[in-house]
Amino acid sequence: MPRMNRRIALATIAAGALATAVALPAAAQTKAGEPLKIGFVYVSPIGDAGWTFQHDTGRKEMEAALGAKVTTKYIESVPEGADAERVIRELAQSGHQLVFTTSFGYMNPTIKVAATFPKTHFEHATGYKSAKNVGIYNARFYEGRYLAGIVAGRMTKTNVAGYVAAFPIPEVVMGINAFARGMRSVNPKAEVKVVWVNSWFDPGKERQAADTLISQGADVVTHHTDSTAAVQAAEAKKVYAVGYHSDMSKYGPNAQLTAVTHQWGDFYTKAAQSAVEGKWKPGNVWGGIKEGMIKLAAFNKVVPQDVQDQTRKVEADIRAGRFHPFTGPVKDNTGKERIAAGKTIDDVTLNKMDYYVEGVQGKLPSSK
Amino acid sequence: MIRLEARPEPSRTFKWASPLIAVTATVAIGFALFPAMGKNPFDAFHAFFVKPLDSLYGVGELLLKASPLMMIATGLAAGYRANVWNIGAEGQLTLGAIAGGGVALALHGVDSPLVLPLMMAAGVAGGVAWAAIPAWLRTRFNANEILTSLMLVYVATLTLSLLVHDAWRDPEGFNFPQSKLFSESAILPNMLEATRLHWGFLLALAVVAAGWVFMQMSYVGYQMRVAGLAPAAAHYAGISAPRTVWLGMLIGGGCAGLAGVGEIAGPIGQLQPSVSPGYGFAAIIVAFVGRLHPVGIVFASLLMSLLYLGGESAQLNLALPSAVTGLFQGTLLFFLLAADVFIHYRLRGAKRVTRAAVAASDPARKMSGV
Repeated sequence: MPRMNRRIALATIAAGALATAVALPAAAQTKAGEPLKIGFVYVSPIGDAGWTFQHDTGRKEMEAALGAKVTTKYIESVPEGADAERVIRELAQSGHQLVFTTSFGYMNPTIKVAATFPKTHFEHATGYKSAKNVGIYNARFYEGRYLAGIVAGRMTKTNVAGYVAAFPIPEVVMGINAFARGMRSVNPKAEVKVVWVNSWFDPGKERQAADTLISQGADVVTHHTDSTAAVQAAEAKKVYAVGYHSDMSKYGPNAQLTAVTHQWGDFYTKAAQSAVEGKWKPGNVWGGIKEGMIKLAAFNKVVPQDVQDQTRKVEADIRAGRFHPFTGPVKDNTGKERIAAGKTIDDVTLNKMDYYVEGVQGKLPSSK
Repeated sequence: MIRLEARPEPSRTFKWASPLIAVTATVAIGFALFPAMGKNPFDAFHAFFVKPLDSLYGVGELLLKASPLMMIATGLAAGYRANVWNIGAEGQLTLGAIAGGGVALALHGVDSPLVLPLMMAAGVAGGVAWAAIPAWLRTRFNANEILTSLMLVYVATLTLSLLVHDAWRDPEGFNFPQSKLFSESAILPNMLEATRLHWGFLLALAVVAAGWVFMQMSYVGYQMRVAGLAPAAAHYAGISAPRTVWLGMLIGGGCAGLAGVGEIAGPIGQLQPSVSPGYGFAAIIVAFVGRLHPVGIVFASLLMSLLYLGGESAQLNLALPSAVTGLFQGTLLFFLLAADVFIHYRLRGAKRVTRAAVAASDPARKMSGV
């Protein structure tokens, strides 16, 4: 029966293929002397500016610093959800020994994949779950926000700043609050208006939100979203802007006063270096100005020298640990005291921040 | 001047030839596109169509991603064949996920085999309820269901966002917008060791089979097809137009709702602001690439799923930017749909177009709904 034979032959081939496929995960170890394979998972396209652009810049800085010791791969525009797990897994399976997953929504998938690849190292950005082979890292964006707030507070004429924000999670809320506190430290009349766009990356909505804020009297706008739309809106309407993630001065040469930029290169280099040396350990890194993970972009020439000096002085104080943007007394915008005078917020409480401070208008979407 | 002329009846030759035309055209584009990006086109085709399937895990992923697509597309096709244009499957999926997820959270920690069936029932009900709104607006006020169903997608995703930011937020989750992870009893069991494939795949096949029986064998399915092909004749034969709208919308909604439960009880395992990377919209393409036929839909959903995986694989293996992989995916789908024109039309190099010829061909064009 030739037909039968062919079927058996096919089945044997299929079984062989399955066996090879199943055996693969164990074989993901590099030999000594070979470059360490490092993978990156990005949530949005790299583009010319923004969250992912900064991570990719960090990746390139790491490559430049470590040269032939590493090779890197990245996958961009990976949605947070069911797909992320497959992409992370594919990176681990194809022999990447260090995998950076650069968005909050990759947390559970990273933890799941890490459990099946115990010899692969993972670093997850902005989450809170770690494991034996999963480290977490984030930046103290709020430190830069406070400094930008000082600049905005000194430069505003209407005493109103507009803030285009993505989602009401603590990371974004503490940025808004730090910005408002920075403004009010130099301008007690300053107010911050917030528009939520419910998206990390939606240039159309971001632009619309910025336009709305400007028409409501904001003469400085900033954003916690990924595109350059808010800065471009400010440029078009001839008001000021504070860029975020990247230096966006080429999108708003007149508008951008400064920008709060993320610098991941040193961290990536260190993590990769220790993985190359076989000394990698899961950490919990939350670095700010002191660690060089947050930097202010160059000031626009319209920012007077004394404003620049004042901002630089506070920056030096933060770097030296003499100043924390959330040192009491801190009241929320209903007048309730949240941090007592002389006390400084601890990191755990800061990471749960779910109220607006004095000077921010409105009510947080999720507060009860 | 070249123009399209309606064929008296669909061409059998082109039914088979049109996919070949599409593939040839796509390959041609690939040979122009990939070298322009500095890549060997053969490597690119390998990365797109072979690499994703070279392991058991890859095959599991293919079936996992195809499951929601075939489920939703089957439901949508039932409506489309009856000229009911439900564009809002993404919203119905989301409502299904909300309803099913609500059951999972309410029964958190309850270890009973009834949890999953309850979630599915709730998911179907959620999808049906969401689809009922445009159906009602259409039958009551004659509001265009294309617009209303699409708009409700935004309402649905924002509702989910509200829930995971507020009422259903994981109390141990540091205020991050996501629900608790579901209990084991609310997770679809794995079907194939070393993959993520779960029993939702068999459920999807069952939905396709049921869709086939309904559309091809049942009297109601026959009535819906008649209503789609010849509304006037259907009316004359006493087939209720409102009932056709209701059925077309609700079947699509129910299938999408079930697919939503398949996602949250499958690979996601919790509620989060986004539960679908656009399956509800992709399924519209799947339904048409599959020519609104259940068997075609199975193949189309596998192709669509392969394109998703191929896009990732091309990024990973060739360092192609996601914009280029997306462009290539779009090209293939465009040609597949465009080449189908030749089934119902032929090209004519018209020398002189008489008024009579135009008048004769136009109504035919309108009738076939293209």
